[in-house]
Amino acid sequence: MNEQVLLGLADDELVIGWRESEWTGIAPLLEEDVAFSSIAQNEIGHARAVYELLAEDADALAFDRSLDEYRCAPLVELRLLDWAHAIARRWLYETADEIRITSLMDALPLAAKINREEAYHRMHAEMWHERLRHEPRFVAAVEELWPYALGVLPTDQRDALSARVGLPVVDAIERGTHTDELPELWEEMTMVRRSAPAGTQW
Amino acid sequence: MIYEIFRQERRGQPFEHAGSVVAPDIEFAEAWSREQYGRRGESVALWLVPRDAIHAVEGWADEFDLKYRRVDGYSIKARLKEARERASAPGAG
Repeated sequence: MNEQVLLGLADDELVIGWRESEWTGIAPLLEEDVAFSSIAQNEIGHARAVYELLAEDADALAFDRSLDEYRCAPLVELRLLDWAHAIARRWLYETADEIRITSLMDALPLAAKINREEAYHRMHAEMWHERLRHEPRFVAAVEELWPYALGVLPTDQRDALSARVGLPVVDAIERGTHTDELPELWEEMTMVRRSAPAGTQW
Repeated sequence: MIYEIFRQERRGQPFEHAGSVVAPDIEFAEAWSREQYGRRGESVALWLVPRDAIHAVEGWADEFDLKYRRVDGYSIKARLKEARERASAPGAG
């Protein structure tokens, strides 16, 4: 198992969990607020499980790296405070993540475990997609985020994503590059650990 | 649409009313009630019932004071007290 692939998976889950938590308390519907926040927490839980495979100290791996060491896809970094875009990303991410996670399941029992929880996330995302797929704002958001969504997957898995989403493969916004929105998120995400005195026990 | 949610805590136990969710259709109701009433492992199953499907019944006439039909129809408190006193009195038994 390629460690960089796993680190990319874990960083994607951590950062999307972080970003989607930004909807807590401000989602358009109360029930959805709870559901969306709960999914965001699940994603962070998946990140933790994968970090634990890669390191003794999952927290250190999650929060003690410099910005350019993060392997997350640009899709998950975006701060999307618009519901059409937030749901478009949720759906695109889950669709891409299904292709990725199922490809890992033979080699990695944890992937199968994660996938069982993702099945529910996909149900939630599909439900929203079904409801909004003809809404111009949602369609525009999906098209705008499409090059980012392709960047979640390696090139050999992009045709599958294209078939699922119904958009042609185009130049992707690739993993390994970062958006301008990551530094601020990194500052916030790592602030507590960076400000703690040396030797702090949590 | 309002759905009333009933949850079962363990297999074999009765479903109990847990609360409600407001949702546009049954798919959303399912997704949201999973979160509201199951994400902490507090339920093994849920029933989602459109509130409109519930036929509520209340109010029973009791014009003739037929209290003998009810378990609280007889006051046994005083008689129980007497019996206890008898039982604990010296020489009882």
